[in-house]
Amino acid sequence: MTTTIYVPGEATAVALGADAVARAIEAEAERHKQPIRIVRNGSRGAFWLEPLIEVQTGRGRVAYGPVQEKDVPGLYGAGLLQGAAHPLCHGAVDSIPYLAKQERLTCTRIGVIDPLSLDDYRAYGGYQGLKAAAAMEPAAIVQAVIDSGLRGRGGAAFPTGIKWRTVLAAAGTQKYIVCNADEGDSGTFSDRLLMEGDPFCLIEGMTIAALAVGASSGYIYLRCEYPQAQAILSAAIATAYAQGYLGADVAGTGRPFDLELRLGAGAYICGEETSLLESLEGRRGQVRFKPPLPAIKGLFGCPTVVNNVISFASVPIVFERGVDYYRDFGVGRSRGTLPIQLAGNVARGGLVEKAFGPTLRELLYDYGGGTRSGRPIRAVQVGGPLGAYWPESRFDTPLDYEAFAQAGGMLGHGGIVVFDDTVDMAAQARFSMEFCAIESCGKCTPCRVGSTRGVEVIDRLRAGDRARQEEVLRDLCNTMTHGSLCALGGLTPYPVLSALDYFPEDFAKPRAQETARS
Amino acid sequence: MSKPRSLSIPVRAAPGADLPKAESAAVLDAVRTHGQLKGPLLPVLHAIQERLGWVPPQAVPLIAFELNLSRAEVHGVLTFYHYFRHIKPGRKLIYLCRAEACQAVGAAALEAHAKQVLGVDFHGTSADGSFTLEPVYCLGNCACGPSLMIDRELHAGVTPDRFDALLVSARK
Repeated sequence: MTTTIYVPGEATAVALGADAVARAIEAEAERHKQPIRIVRNGSRGAFWLEPLIEVQTGRGRVAYGPVQEKDVPGLYGAGLLQGAAHPLCHGAVDSIPYLAKQERLTCTRIGVIDPLSLDDYRAYGGYQGLKAAAAMEPAAIVQAVIDSGLRGRGGAAFPTGIKWRTVLAAAGTQKYIVCNADEGDSGTFSDRLLMEGDPFCLIEGMTIAALAVGASSGYIYLRCEYPQAQAILSAAIATAYAQGYLGADVAGTGRPFDLELRLGAGAYICGEETSLLESLEGRRGQVRFKPPLPAIKGLFGCPTVVNNVISFASVPIVFERGVDYYRDFGVGRSRGTLPIQLAGNVARGGLVEKAFGPTLRELLYDYGGGTRSGRPIRAVQVGGPLGAYWPESRFDTPLDYEAFAQAGGMLGHGGIVVFDDTVDMAAQARFSMEFCAIESCGKCTPCRVGSTRGVEVIDRLRAGDRARQEEVLRDLCNTMTHGSLCALGGLTPYPVLSALDYFPEDFAKPRAQETARS
Repeated sequence: MSKPRSLSIPVRAAPGADLPKAESAAVLDAVRTHGQLKGPLLPVLHAIQERLGWVPPQAVPLIAFELNLSRAEVHGVLTFYHYFRHIKPGRKLIYLCRAEACQAVGAAALEAHAKQVLGVDFHGTSADGSFTLEPVYCLGNCACGPSLMIDRELHAGVTPDRFDALLVSARK
């Protein structure tokens, strides 16, 4: 009997040695003359256990991790193929508490299926959503997305259905669906995990969007820093074409939808939707003035839906399980679930999909297990490089768009970066300005010039001219907040001022590691 | 009527005629494969860089001519995006992540070590031509940093010692 063994082919698992483990398993199987089938699945997202391999047994899938190449012969000797006990064994994969306590709606298939098998995808509910949506009128599809309460998971949290309604109502024979897969925020990787672990889910979500607004063409704008995701997505798109899920007649609906994968080129600003559109059109990724909104005049001047990967990937389940099912998760105006990413100096980093509502503290300690270094958590940055730095006094804030905004933060794409007590918050503030200077598109002055001035002012402040320079810094941040064209210049003051407000003592210290930061 | 004065704008009847064969072939192949796309410039530049390792500035007139763009437009795009290289890199590229999640686990120390070992600053190429060091702002490996990518190969948990070991195996 052939035994199925799952070895993640996802980028982090591979970086931690999964390819070598897969080769070692094959070699051992050869040696023992035992037939096996290796499936390169996505990662379940419990990264401290990667490479986490799973063996299909009569009792379900048994997990072992973290497995290194050198562990494989020992595992075989202990009875790997029978799911036998071993110091690296975690029992049934679904019983690992980190995974068992999650509420996976969007990421339900990640790590479970073979990402490139349409049969697997369909066996786990794939394309049920499209089937349901295809039987509905466009306006009804849009209304369902509005009713589900789904808001843009890219960070801005704009209601997805409202955006779709604008595009549906916009005049024009050519409309576009664009997926923003330029996941540039540090501390975020849920888009990548989804694209590498369940690419058809993204394709299905975009297809439903196309049916909803009457678009016949779509693009995925993927950042070039994700070569693994590029390979998997390309293969998935080719398979979808070959099996009639893309092309002239999508899944027997009689309607066309073409999808093309495009690569970014290392510009953070292209995660801003209008820059992204400029880039897709073949230009410098400079921010456009709004209005007109992309929903009215977007790609090549046509009405365009631009949504994040997780937003699109959350759509199929709304149609598969029903609007109420999705909406009943969450709190307040934050409905459904959020794939949260625990990153930085954290003991158990990874992907945690939960309904909105748990507190930051719960995520940091119950899931994350504190810092990797074992030292106390001093600060966290939520929402990427433009998110505020928070001290422990803010850890009881629930993960909910409104609660975060009220507390002076931003939930963004759900990335949480943890820092221990060795962090120099003045250096972090300086980096925020430096990053803004490096990544500014240059179109508006507050961002282009303000960021460089910001670095200089923080340097002078730390050199000892505290009172005067702090006033200049606050004034500068005020100008950037209110005068910048987009979120890059407009939100860079968040990490800068939060560092200054919550950790003022760090700004009084003499400049320490400056040489390390050119 | 007097004879019109000759303009000083150089007329290039055949843009790219002065390019080395390999470079003009890379440009023409890229245009042949991707030129029909809508907004083809980024896919074309990617394809050229994939083949040559960089986009030589002297290829810009040919790219512009083939895509019916101005040289300024091509130059503007080529120099806007951090990933596109208009300076010839070393044999291998090291993309070192210096974003926040990696900073939280020692990216600054790794950065200092890498610069010292290679004897270069960011964007520089080591004296023996082996490595070019580039900063990158997030590789999406944020729970297992510090991270770096050598060409297209991602590495996690890169301590200074591990960096040295990676250099040794990358030289092979």
